[in-house]
Amino acid sequence: MDLTFRIRRFNPEAPEGKRKPYWQEFTLQNVDETDRVLELLHRIKWEQDGTLTLRRACAHGICGSDAMRINGVNKLACKVLAKEVGAKVQIEPILGLPVLKDLVVDMEPFFAHYRSVMPYFINNSAEPARERFQTQHDRELYDDTTKCILCACCTTSCPSYWANGDYVGPAAIVQAHRFIFDTRDEGAKERLDVLADPDGVWRCRTVYNCTPACPRGIQVTRAIGEVKLAIMRGSPEGIIKEGVGEIATSSG
Amino acid sequence: MAKVHQFDALVIGAGGAGLMAALYATKGGANVAVISKLYPTRSHTGTAQGGIGAALGNLEEDRPLWHAYDTVKGGDYLADQNAAMVLASEAVEAVIELEHMGLPFDRTDDGKISQRRFGGHTSNFGEKPVRRACHAADRTGHMILQTLYQQCIKHNVTFFDEFQVVDTIMNQGACVGVVALQMGTGEMHVFHSKATLFATGGWGRVWSVTSNAHSLTGDGAAAVYRRGVPLQDLEFYQFHPTGIYKMGILITEGVRGEGGVLINGRGERFMEKYAPRIKDLASRDVVSRAIYLELREGNGIKGKDYVYLDVTPNTVNKYLAEAGETRRITESDVEKKLPDILDFCRVYLGVDPVKQPMPIQPTAHYAMGGIPTNIDGQVVTDANWTVLPGMYAAGEVACVSCHGANRLGTNSLVDLVVFGRRGGKHMAEYVKHADFIPLPANPAGEVEAEMSRIRNSSGKTKPYELRQAMQKTMMEKVGVFREAKGIEAAIEEVREMKMRYQNDLVIDDKGSKWNTDLLEAWELGCLLDLAEITAISALNRKESRGAHSREDFKERDDVNWQVHTLIKNCAPAPYAKGIYDPEVNVDKKVDMSLAAEDEKFVPKVRAY
Repeated sequence: MDLTFRIRRFNPEAPEGKRKPYWQEFTLQNVDETDRVLELLHRIKWEQDGTLTLRRACAHGICGSDAMRINGVNKLACKVLAKEVGAKVQIEPILGLPVLKDLVVDMEPFFAHYRSVMPYFINNSAEPARERFQTQHDRELYDDTTKCILCACCTTSCPSYWANGDYVGPAAIVQAHRFIFDTRDEGAKERLDVLADPDGVWRCRTVYNCTPACPRGIQVTRAIGEVKLAIMRGSPEGIIKEGVGEIATSSG
Repeated sequence: MAKVHQFDALVIGAGGAGLMAALYATKGGANVAVISKLYPTRSHTGTAQGGIGAALGNLEEDRPLWHAYDTVKGGDYLADQNAAMVLASEAVEAVIELEHMGLPFDRTDDGKISQRRFGGHTSNFGEKPVRRACHAADRTGHMILQTLYQQCIKHNVTFFDEFQVVDTIMNQGACVGVVALQMGTGEMHVFHSKATLFATGGWGRVWSVTSNAHSLTGDGAAAVYRRGVPLQDLEFYQFHPTGIYKMGILITEGVRGEGGVLINGRGERFMEKYAPRIKDLASRDVVSRAIYLELREGNGIKGKDYVYLDVTPNTVNKYLAEAGETRRITESDVEKKLPDILDFCRVYLGVDPVKQPMPIQPTAHYAMGGIPTNIDGQVVTDANWTVLPGMYAAGEVACVSCHGANRLGTNSLVDLVVFGRRGGKHMAEYVKHADFIPLPANPAGEVEAEMSRIRNSSGKTKPYELRQAMQKTMMEKVGVFREAKGIEAAIEEVREMKMRYQNDLVIDDKGSKWNTDLLEAWELGCLLDLAEITAISALNRKESRGAHSREDFKERDDVNWQVHTLIKNCAPAPYAKGIYDPEVNVDKKVDMSLAAEDEKFVPKVRAY
């Protein structure tokens, strides 16, 4: 089949006055319905226009490089098949981060928010000779948020983040959640303090864009709700097993 | 003029080995910078799935010596036995250390790190499969990469993200730094150092069907090779038996560890024929060859070139019962233990592995060969283990050689943490006493000239045409099976491609900022070099061992070939035009220190 791409382009080195974003169309023939959008963007780059610029690496949804807006929704280009996009597909960079060239955005503000939540294990007690023990139940509490690949699909789908880039954003909260609810970790209080800031979790208005945007299937809004509740209670203890219902109501 | 930076130690590449080295060099007091063409969390370590092997013995008795035995046997007796022993014994504390860094391993009923079976890992010197692979669902590599990056943030390691290293700087017989292109600006940067560790990963993109990321183009290996550092054992390249049909995406051996089986077009569990004792859990070279032989016999599914990997509870439980095991699995076990695998198959194939078998074929996966090092990560340049001052390597790009002719599953992750750590520690000590050797004049000049040649080239050949042609040639002629006639043809074809690369290239993007057209073209040059010398190394080794299966020399030959191959560039300059035969040397003997003490480590016929 044929597939037409409408791609948002930006060349930072275009002559002064022409240095503006624009749309460009490309048509590909012999597209197989199981081709990944990433493969098709490669075909455009390799066969038609080598200046088309994007990030990519693993090509199967694990490295998190190729987040982009595909028909208006944040996706990883390597996890969307041709059959899912229709005969004409629109491709844009993710929103809310400065565009550097075509589909490449400046990820630094995103990683700065990530670093702000102390995204590393904190436990200052003496290290045992063997592993620290953890029950299967306790390991399960934070399983979902360990899946995060920092692709930014969630953060750049969030209207609160679009409105205010100082908001720490869903991805950073997910990363903090992974430690806050890890029973081996001792840094929960410090992280909850960071996230209680006006630019922390309370900028979340539970719009829920983030959850369907996550290519890893993480229940992002739920994780944010659990962090909100932990802040209100001053402790993460006992929150997750009490279920989602209470979290949704408590966080408004 | 290029910008100049100075650090005690540089780490090139930010996967598991690079981050571990950076962490240990930093903890050891060195001023360290990590330079990576990707954001660290994009590195390919993150795609490793099934587990990291360590003889913790959490579920059944296990010993590091048994792990070393499996590694040596799995490597078809080409592994340096001292390195295999270091790998196996330090694996235990390395895994415990990862847990102490917060890595969320799955847990046993009593809260310890959970372990599963994996190909080639056995107890008591090959007696039966053992649960040795420590896992975090089927995203163990993701958790290792995340955990190490988190620790680097915690310890304030300096990162130069999206800087692509394009040349090695040598002076006075030592490595004194690297040249890197800042992708966002197109500017060249010179990094001056006392010690430089290469951890740039592999070069799976040499082949058409691969599990490797687009980024795995062998940059580090090519950059040092072009400066006269030999590469070792390139003929040993692993094809993982279970890649998703046509796409090459990896399906972890953990699937078979959980009880999954390979089924041919006749509905037979064919591994019973090839490895009667441990069947589907034989090592990867054995299983990949078995699949090719089945396909050759016309036993592919529906006559095509793939077989099935079946982890549906019905099938698994049938074979568990046949084997007299009491364990049974349910759909929810599969969902829980293999979530990413299920996701890949559902998204890319529309196949649900809890109900249907997965179509698979062998996929180019891992370079056993690479930059030769000793067990402290120091690069060595000849059969006498002469150290090249200031240069280190770790991870897939390195060849310690702990994997020999075929790497066991889970041992790549072990390799990263064990030898990344050793390299980092050694560098921290080394830089305390070493002085900066001055930079040579205009260190970025040669690679700048090559970049402007590519940028301004006005030929007719686009890089992707050459890349696809090379990948096809290598897949067909230097793949799972090879023979002289095919390899010779491959060398000729690749050399013809190199000539076109030198004389007839054209790219579209003439800009500076984010010019990935230019960088992909430069990476293609690395791939072509590696393809050529892989084929030359394969032609030279006239025996079959591990992943190197010669149809014209079917047997292993321990009398003549218990040696490592060293291949060295003989071109007069890194980007010299023309074709130059490299020098191939086979004087480097395999370390047999375990065999000297224990008869079990003496080479014997490898049966599973």
